[in-house]
Amino acid sequence: MSEHRIMIGLEVHAQLTSLKSKLFCSCSADYRQLPPNSSVCPVCLGLPGSLPRLNRRALEEVLKIALALHSQPASETVFYRKHYFYPDMAKNFQISQYDRGGGVTIAKGGWLDLQTGQLTKRVRIRRVQLEEDVAKIVYPSSLLSSEYVLVDYNRAGVALCEMVTEPDISSPKEARQFIEKYASILEHLGVTDTSLEGSLRVDANISIDGGERVELKNINSPKDVEKALNYEVQRQVMIVERGGKVGMETRHWDELNRITVAPRFKEEEEDYRYFPEADLPPIRIEASLVESLSASLPELPDQRAERFVEKYGLTSYQAGVLVSQKRLADYFEEMVRSGLEASDSADWLMNEILGDLSDFKKELKDLEPLINDLVKIIGMYEKQEITGKIAKRQLKQLIATGRLPDEVPTPMRDENTLAALVAEVIREHPEVYEKSKRDPKAMNYLVGQVMRKTKARADPKVIVEILKKALNKDSNNRLNN
Amino acid sequence: MSAVSIANGVRSGETSAEEIVERYLEVISRWEPKIHAFLYVDEKGALEAARAVDALVKEGRDPGPLAGVPIAVKDNIAVKGMPLTCASKILTGYVSPYDATVVTKLRQSGSVIIGKTNLDEFAMGSSTEYSAFGPTRNPWNLDRVPGGSSGGSGAAVASGEVPLALGSDTGGSVRCPASFTGVYGLKPTYGLVSRYGLVAFANSIEVIGGFSSTAKDMDLLFSVMRNSAAPDPMDQTTIFSPPLAFPGLKGLRVGIIKETLAEGVDHDVAKVTYGFAEALEEAGAIVEEISMPDLYLALPAYSLPASAEASSNLARYDGIRYGMPCPLDAKDWNEAFSRVRGEGFGPEVKRRVMMGSFVLSSGYYDAYYLKAVAARTKIREDIIRALKDYQFLISPTNPTTAPKLGERTADPLSMYLLDLDTVPVNLSGIPALSIPFGRSSDGMPIGVQLMSSPLRDDWVIKAAEELEEMGKVEMASVVARLE
Repeated sequence: MSEHRIMIGLEVHAQLTSLKSKLFCSCSADYRQLPPNSSVCPVCLGLPGSLPRLNRRALEEVLKIALALHSQPASETVFYRKHYFYPDMAKNFQISQYDRGGGVTIAKGGWLDLQTGQLTKRVRIRRVQLEEDVAKIVYPSSLLSSEYVLVDYNRAGVALCEMVTEPDISSPKEARQFIEKYASILEHLGVTDTSLEGSLRVDANISIDGGERVELKNINSPKDVEKALNYEVQRQVMIVERGGKVGMETRHWDELNRITVAPRFKEEEEDYRYFPEADLPPIRIEASLVESLSASLPELPDQRAERFVEKYGLTSYQAGVLVSQKRLADYFEEMVRSGLEASDSADWLMNEILGDLSDFKKELKDLEPLINDLVKIIGMYEKQEITGKIAKRQLKQLIATGRLPDEVPTPMRDENTLAALVAEVIREHPEVYEKSKRDPKAMNYLVGQVMRKTKARADPKVIVEILKKALNKDSNNRLNN
Repeated sequence: MSAVSIANGVRSGETSAEEIVERYLEVISRWEPKIHAFLYVDEKGALEAARAVDALVKEGRDPGPLAGVPIAVKDNIAVKGMPLTCASKILTGYVSPYDATVVTKLRQSGSVIIGKTNLDEFAMGSSTEYSAFGPTRNPWNLDRVPGGSSGGSGAAVASGEVPLALGSDTGGSVRCPASFTGVYGLKPTYGLVSRYGLVAFANSIEVIGGFSSTAKDMDLLFSVMRNSAAPDPMDQTTIFSPPLAFPGLKGLRVGIIKETLAEGVDHDVAKVTYGFAEALEEAGAIVEEISMPDLYLALPAYSLPASAEASSNLARYDGIRYGMPCPLDAKDWNEAFSRVRGEGFGPEVKRRVMMGSFVLSSGYYDAYYLKAVAARTKIREDIIRALKDYQFLISPTNPTTAPKLGERTADPLSMYLLDLDTVPVNLSGIPALSIPFGRSSDGMPIGVQLMSSPLRDDWVIKAAEELEEMGKVEMASVVARLE
């Protein structure tokens, strides 16, 4: 795979979930919990005679994104209509923006840097723009067996930021990294809650060895982008290595079967017939607005990672992982604020907690209400009131059930009690004890047995000490005899 | 009766709105079988609204400047609870769930909405023959068209069915029927009247306008329709302006556009237009002939972008959400959409949608659409420049009087030619008033067009008022016959 030159460009659509209302009307944009077709009005249903009116906040949110990507805001921007017939569009055109034929998007140019090993990879941004989301098509039974479809226009008209990169990305993994970082930027800006279903949707263009590019449409998560691109790279490599030629086409990512598929019908070459949306006069973007937005940008992932290294002494790898998700970085800082050691907190998060979350199919936001209990457990560990093993077990239970286990076992420190338990284990397993005199590995078994008797409340190091003492005493006795 | 006198009578309690409405409903029932100006008459709603106005008067409250004045609304403007057909089969069964901003203003001013008037389907046409529900006839001569596309509104005011009516003007759709039916027709400055609720055809140039039988009535109607104190938050293309004082015709400079009186113009039309120029001179204005050699570009500069916009604006009619139902036996979306649109749209709409889709297609966009937009800019600049030297420009409203029914439908180009003198006004966004100023040798009304700079809507109305007061304007005689 590596001998092929891969060029990937991404088109990422992010819903501006921070906005209360839709892009061109005052319907609630927070449609996810609502009954179908309840957050609609003449404007977002495209009823005859209705007109769009721009939600200025949306423009500001997109400007923030543009500034975070070092993209250059236009002094005046215009909306264009993009036409195609589909039931998810109430007007059969989408109000979007266009960077050709006289169109000017909100911003153009810019870049986003990725850490790839020791190197910094710069991915150039082509443009950042604003457009309306489309309705949701619901297949009552399944995509293939439905005799009809239902259309829910609640999502129609929700503000979307479309960000397009240059084809600078050179591997599926990089593509995933890019999207994760972009998502973290959106989270840090507070414009998009990327944990909401469908809030981030990606189209990816990919070509190998300078061949035709294939567009993969509507992929929902960074992980799936990587999977879809990996599949597509293999598919294209196979074609090329067999002496074939990759044709320009649009394919869809089939989440279930983890393959990209050509559309069922041969799609006609699309001609969107872009032209200016005369219902929305050109919008001036005042330099003063850009300045004030620029001055009030929050701390972004790169700056935050730097601060984590300087302030908390984390490695840049640790800092990078933590800031890759705003919730994770926030959680880390919350742990530190609650009095935990910074490097401990990073270790626990990265080595234990993230794994637990995925094991129990939980998300970071499920962890937020558990902060006090979580800090309590790790705090007890830091004060050596419980062992690492117990701490891990407690955390797993906490994450799995959302509750602190009723009884937190107190550590067993009394040496006499432990010595008695050690003696008991030696009596029960004389042959292992004998073996451990020659083979230190056999001793681990004995330690394990003692730990079982203490229900893991003892510190295994102490048990090893006691066992060693017993072995020494034995060999001394033997010498003396 | 004039709207001014109705409103005065109702506000003072001299007459009741209910009485007024009943009287007009009676006129409507008499004229409708002959002219078919209305697609929908809301007798019950109108009487209720009238009684509500009377109740306010009884309580000692002022119902507003249009108290009790019946008004007809072109059926491409949304009125809550009434069908909105745009004279198209494709909107069968659709009832608007909301009021256009202008309709809200009319309601708040105490006027009574009587019903919806006929038009060329989606306002595309100049004769009202392209209505899916049959043509409207000219009350002056039932064999003639009333003009279009707001032919129903023009005929309704001309026949005295209503004192006032709303229309929409994309390329002349208010002024043409006003001229052909002998009433006043105002095309306001683009943006000064909200388009919210006007079904879009060519949204970058069209406006809601009004019909009246006197200039004073137009003044009253326009004072309610316009944005005086603030733009309409529902229409971001709106601007606002308080009414402007008019200094009087004396000493003002008027340019009469030579090219609009050249070959192809009816002799009678030219004669009436020159007569209008003379009347202005008598009122003290200085009239000079001016030349606009590029005006011939106006028709293509209008029809290409207007068709492009139409193809886009009409894309939403697919039978899925409202209107003519989508066939259930279609094999896919495309077939369903195509069948609905194939059956639902009439020939003129299809012609423009196809032409518009074509000029926006990749490969043709630059050659057609952008070129037409450039021509449009040129015409706008010429007109705005002329309006720096002249406070008014004048021309005939249309090159001819009302054609006979069926005379122009066979040749779409001959129909488009009727708009020759009106489209430059839409291309440049300026206000224009068609003033009924004479009649042809065969008795048909002839309108002249008075144009001015953006926001000088009051000027064109007040200038007409001045001429009216001087006794220069021939009052519409169909109305006179009724009273």
